[in-house]
Parts: sequence; C-alpha cells; structure tokens
Amino acid sequence: MSSLADLTLAEAAASLRAGEVSSRELLQATLDRALLTEAELHAYLTIDHEGARAAAAAADEALVRGETTGPLHGIPVAIKDNMVTSGLETTAGSQILAGYVPPYDATAVTALKKAGAVIIGKTNLDEFAMGSSTENSGYGPTANPWDTGRVPGGSSGGSAAAVAAGSALTALGSDTGGSIRQPAALCGVVGMKPTYGLVSRYGLIAFASSLDQIGPISRTVEDAATTLEVIAGHDPLDATSYRGEYPQYRASLGRGVAGLRIGVVAELAGEGISPDVLTACRSVVDSLAEAGAAVREVSLPSMEYALSAYYLIAPAECSANLARFDGVRYGLRVDGATVEEMTARTRAAGFGPEVTRRILLGTYALSAGYYDSFYGQAQKVRTLVIQDFTRAYQGFDVLVSPTSPMTAFELGSRTEDPLSMYLVDVCTIPSNLAGAPSISVPVGLDAAGLPIGFQIMAPALGEEVLLRVAAEVERASGWNNRRPPLVGDDRGV
Amino acid sequence: MAIDIDIAYVARLARIQLSDEELEHYGRQLGGILEHAALVQQLPTDGVEPTSHPLPMVNSFRPDQVTPPLERDTALSQAPEADDGYFRVPPTLEAQ
Repeated sequence: MSSLADLTLAEAAASLRAGEVSSRELLQATLDRALLTEAELHAYLTIDHEGARAAAAAADEALVRGETTGPLHGIPVAIKDNMVTSGLETTAGSQILAGYVPPYDATAVTALKKAGAVIIGKTNLDEFAMGSSTENSGYGPTANPWDTGRVPGGSSGGSAAAVAAGSALTALGSDTGGSIRQPAALCGVVGMKPTYGLVSRYGLIAFASSLDQIGPISRTVEDAATTLEVIAGHDPLDATSYRGEYPQYRASLGRGVAGLRIGVVAELAGEGISPDVLTACRSVVDSLAEAGAAVREVSLPSMEYALSAYYLIAPAECSANLARFDGVRYGLRVDGATVEEMTARTRAAGFGPEVTRRILLGTYALSAGYYDSFYGQAQKVRTLVIQDFTRAYQGFDVLVSPTSPMTAFELGSRTEDPLSMYLVDVCTIPSNLAGAPSISVPVGLDAAGLPIGFQIMAPALGEEVLLRVAAEVERASGWNNRRPPLVGDDRGV
Repeated sequence: MAIDIDIAYVARLARIQLSDEELEHYGRQLGGILEHAALVQQLPTDGVEPTSHPLPMVNSFRPDQVTPPLERDTALSQAPEADDGYFRVPPTLEAQ
C-alpha cells in the first residue's frame, strides 16, 4: 500500500504545506484509485477530470506563491450528487434530472471552493436521497469497498464508498434519516450529521426540508471536523440557517472524556441489533468508562415510535418538495395533450419506484380525511421524541447507540420489501426528528470482516462535545484509518 | 391489518400516471407501510403540540438589498421547451 490516496486529510494537508507533495499529485493518486476501483464500486456518477485538474493546478500555483486559501487547499473532495454544482451535471440520482446542468453552486459547494478544495466529481446516491442502500439510484447501485457483493448503505453510499476506497480524501453527504451516518458505518468511515441549520441547505435538492442536513464523510474524526468547519456558517439564502456563533470544531478534539456523562440508549441496544454490533458497541462503552466517563443506561420510550413518525413526515415533505418536477422548468418532459397529462406522464417516466412510493405515501398522509390521524399525529410524536431527548440531556452530555442495527447487507436482499429497508434507519432517525447533531465512528469489524459503526448523539449545537467523545471513541477503538481489502490494507488494527 | 387506500385517487393527486398493475402493486405496498406507520396512533398525545420544525425559529429576515437574479436566458437554459423568453407548456385552456 502507501498511496497518497490513502492519506488522511490532515496528513495530506500537512504534506502539501510542507511542499512534500503537490495538489496535482494528490489528485492523480485519487483519480488513479478511482480508475482502479470504479468498475467494481460505481461510487461516482460524474468525474470532472478537467475541472479538478484546473483546480489542482491553481492550488499548486498558489502554494508556490506562498498562499493558501483555506483548510482544504488542494485537497480532492467528492460531493453527493444532490448538491447543485454550477456547470457540472447534477442528477440527484434521478432519471428525471438526467442531463441537468445547474446554473449555480450550492452554498456548501461555494464554501468548499473558497477553502481551496479540488472537486473531483459527484457521487452516487439513492434517488433524491430516498433509501438506505444506494440501490434506488436511477443510474445503478454502488458497491461496498469491504465486500463488493454488499451495499455501501445509503443514501450517501457513493460518498462513503469513495472516501473508504481512496477515490476522495473527504466528501459531503446529506442526512435526512441517517443518510450520512449509516453509509459511513457500513463503509468504515466517519460520518457526521450536524445540527439542523448549521450548514446551509441552499442548493441541496430538497427531500424533506425540516430534516435534511449536509455534513462530512471523512476518514477520521479530525478530518470530519475540518470539513465541517469549512461548510458550516450562516447563509442568508437559507431561511433556516443558524445565526449564532460557529466555533472552531477541531479545538475540542483530544480533550478526552473524563467527567462526561454518557447515556446508553436502552431502546437502541437490544432487540433487532446484530450480536456482533452489540458486542463491539459494548466494548466501546467500556473503554469510555475506563477513560473516565460516567456511563449509565437511559430509557427514551418514544424512540420506538420515531421510525413510524419519520415515515409519515419525510414522505409528506417529499411529496410537496418533488411537486417541482413537472416537466416545465428543467429535467425530463414526456409530451401530453394537456399540462396535467404532460406532468403525470413525465413524473411516471422520470421517478423510480421508491420515490414514487414515497410521493404516494406522503400525498396520502396529507390528503383530506387522513391528515390528522397520520401526518398530524406524526408531528405530535415528533414533539414527544424531542421531549424525551430534552429530559435525557438533563442527566447526560451525550447519548450513544449503534449507528446501524446490522453491518453491510447483500445487494438485492432488501429491495423486495420496502418496510425491511426502512427498519435499517431505526437508530439514526431520532436525531433528525430532533434537529440534533450525531456522528458515526468506525469501531471494528464483525465476524464477516465488515465495519461496525458507533453512534454518538448530542443536543442541538452540541458539536464540540460530540466531536470530543467521537475522537476518544476513535482512539480507543484503534481503527486508525483502516483501509478496505479492495485497496490492499496491510496496516491492520 | 393492512390499510386499504384509494390508490388511484392518491396517484391522481400526486400527478403520477400509473397503470392498473402499478396501482395495485403500490396500493398493496402502501397498505403494509401504513400499518406500521399507524403505530403513531397508539401513543397518547392529548395536549401535545405538533412539531413542524426542529428548532425554535421565527421570522428570519435578510437585509433589504437588491441583488441580481439569474439572467432570464440562464433560467430558461434547462427548460425542456422555451419560446420567446418563456417556458412553453401544452395548452392550459381548451380552444373555444
């Protein structure tokens, strides 16, 4: 091994600044890795060779002049294809947007460019970010670098697979019900969903606006913190953007967990969780206690209803958001004699089965006669979930659980039964309902050699304590940027 | 018990043209999903306020400054059909 493509972001940035490596060399190593792995993985929908080479050359010239533009200066980064990129095709994994070339950049993309990032391309996802395996992409699935017969998780499966495989040093994902954390867990990388409002949603193609949040997928907790620092910030173009202080998140790393109160969520630590995952997570919890944290079990009774509430709220919001795909302003059009016929034919031809299912589900939940008993009731359960968290945080600094009940499952094994796919999100959904930050950290492998993710949750704006615990989990697990067998790991744990 | 829904009506509201077989297929699947989703009806929620948004936020204002919008041609550049500076669609009114 020992390719530049396997460096952490922190290592690569240090080498760049020391003049030991150029951005062009980093990019080349990353593109070489993509060339080696993409036929099997299909992590990318678009690779922007020309744009990336130009950006890397510009980064190198700036370094020669002694200038750096920001923490991602010259670093190859991947972007989930539901964030619009000016002049670069953006599909959200949907055939209805095939060939769509946005006229502007998402705010998070602008932030990456300002920080000097080299954007390699756009990664695969479940269509409009609806799914937990990336099998719902309108352009074919992505495979898991740890076992190419298995899913990478989803919906940000392309970003997670690219970071794991070395075809990106860090990446952006989006998380509506676990879509950053779950693929990060299944691919053995770090994935973080920040507090709702911390990263602008401007230019993120909307799925469920009260739940969607952009965040980093990286090899280490420090790299995730660095990426978050770049993309977090107030944006007048997003009415839900947070207006307060944005700290330097890296400053909270390395401070240990002594004195912190850590709650193990009882409802997410038993039934339905695979034994290997439970064992690995218990061992992490023990090491946190040894490191000086006060660890106790805590019960949040409404957790069991969070999944049901989510699968009413998210489809309801999606049915409204996706009304914009009407064959008029962009994307696919299938002709019809009237506007309504044209729209109905366009949507039937352009949306895949899962998106169709969720639009129908949401339309039903919002329709006259069912609104109160489904959507309205789900919104009240959302309140109960938030109240449970508020109560728990009176006694705890962070809460922990597995990220996913199971490790990577086989391609095709859950596609026939949509409900079995929805159940995969049981541990991650509560944080989205609460708008609170949460992170998945890789902590080991199961008996089949597949990565296991450990989830940490904190109250809204609790990024610093969240990252502090995450860094300790990473240290204690000894994961150390472990690489998947596909790229020939010999570093070991 | 799976919930029975008028799937043809829902598909029409959603503006998605589906065949009879597709309607039957989605109707059955949605019935099963809604059966699980109906768990939310088991929790007592008397006096509980609904949450539509996770964080308390009211009235987000930006400075009242004019900024340039997308150019008309740029905005039209991705349209399936445009004509004379407008999006073009099939007739919305029947010919008299």
